[in-house]
Amino acid sequence: MSSVRLFFVGGLLSYRALFGWLSPWVLIPTFVVAPIFQILLFVYIGRSSHTQSDEFYVVGNALQYAAIPCIFAMTNTISGERYQNTLGAVLATPAKRIPLFLGRSLPVIANGFVVSVFALVVGGLIVGVSIPAGSETEILLVILVCAFSCTGLGLSTAAIGLLARDTAVLSNIVFGILLVFTGANVALDDLPGWMSTLAQGLPLTHGIEAARRLADGQSFSAVGGLVAAEAFIGLVWGVLGYTAIRTLEWQSRIHATLERA
Amino acid sequence: MTANARLLLMGWKFHFKMLARSSFNGWLGVIYPLFFATVAFFMFRAGSKDSLLYASLGASVMGVWSATSTSAGAALQRERWHGTLELLVAAPAPFSLVLLPVTLAMATVGLYSMAATLLWGRVLFGIDLHIDHWLLFCLSVPATVIAIGMFGFLLAVAFVRYRTAWALGNLLEYPVWLICGFLVPLSFFPAWVRPISWVLAPTWGMQAIRESATGGTPVPDLLVCLGLGLLYTAIGVLVVDWFLRAARARAALSLT
Repeated sequence: MSSVRLFFVGGLLSYRALFGWLSPWVLIPTFVVAPIFQILLFVYIGRSSHTQSDEFYVVGNALQYAAIPCIFAMTNTISGERYQNTLGAVLATPAKRIPLFLGRSLPVIANGFVVSVFALVVGGLIVGVSIPAGSETEILLVILVCAFSCTGLGLSTAAIGLLARDTAVLSNIVFGILLVFTGANVALDDLPGWMSTLAQGLPLTHGIEAARRLADGQSFSAVGGLVAAEAFIGLVWGVLGYTAIRTLEWQSRIHATLERA
Repeated sequence: MTANARLLLMGWKFHFKMLARSSFNGWLGVIYPLFFATVAFFMFRAGSKDSLLYASLGASVMGVWSATSTSAGAALQRERWHGTLELLVAAPAPFSLVLLPVTLAMATVGLYSMAATLLWGRVLFGIDLHIDHWLLFCLSVPATVIAIGMFGFLLAVAFVRYRTAWALGNLLEYPVWLICGFLVPLSFFPAWVRPISWVLAPTWGMQAIRESATGGTPVPDLLVCLGLGLLYTAIGVLVVDWFLRAARARAALSLT
């Protein structure tokens, strides 16, 4: 029971306390206005360069923008403990680590989901892209899976945050990598082979493709494999991140390096 | 006059050295716009190869704006964190002359990004940087950087009372990239957007750089760009004292 409480209540409290972007002065520019302008930027570049349809960029960027909350929030809610001088106290507790760390990911997934849905709906309305009736629920499910997989990657960057001081730089670079590699704005066929191969192991790549196909009218069964691949990639990144956090926690006890960064 | 010029020069030099060594302003300032430039290069290569030079020049100026927008918004907040804002405000030197070189230095750091983007485009995408009027190009680039720095000064002044000014500065990154014609010609936008573009100095700086590269007539654009920059500075100088007086009256300078 205490693990369940730690997972839900502890995760929510940690998110509210450590993710400093929840102030309306940051939340509105970052999660409401910026994704819309990112969509508009690439829609207009697409029109200017005569490459893909508006729908391609609206779907791609709305889903890719989930990376902002998922990567930054996940990294901040764990590495932020150090800045608050509470990391040592947290790691000294006998609390089970899985609910302790994974509980913090639940509000982050919800945040990423809401931001992506908002960007898709509002961006679509502004540009004039409509989602086919009947596919809304399936696209929502895909967005949820994307937020999950992106948060898995966020857990990995949070682990690096236990080693590196400047997590803002790290999170921005991860965001940029996802922007270039995942096919959000450039079709995988237009990327060099090594880039499209690497993209197969990144969150969002399969989710974006699945959402685009659903928006084109395909059935959910036709994109089930892509959604499963997206979820699996998120799971792998999450396990990798959790393992890295545990390893670094253990290392920090041995070498007294917890506050080193 | 000499003292003011020295303050500007030394302030610029001091802040440029500090910013160039910061991982956020230095490293990330170069790398982050490169991600967007890379996407743009791929998009133009896939659709409109003839426009690659257009994209390369535009993407390079995006970095100058990126280096300025977020950082300028947060310029005063940074002084707050360092505990130096009250000292700077209380100093006998005009506060404008203290703040202006900070934002000019931020825009100057963007030159790293500009050079990196042009080099990135040349090496990885084979984009030849063909410049028709080298002299005018070499004048247009610093003029654009200075005008963007002056725009940053106006932002820094406008956001003096906001604790999270960095987010407001960050907010302006995409819109300016979009409507100043860095990667999209202004003719693509609805008519009501164009007057907004015209009052933004980066629009004219970008046009001056492109005109000098393609053999056009960059001088009028260059003059408008600098004129707008001076106008931003004049507005900033006029309102900064009002903002600071209000902050003193409400004891809100430190925002604690």
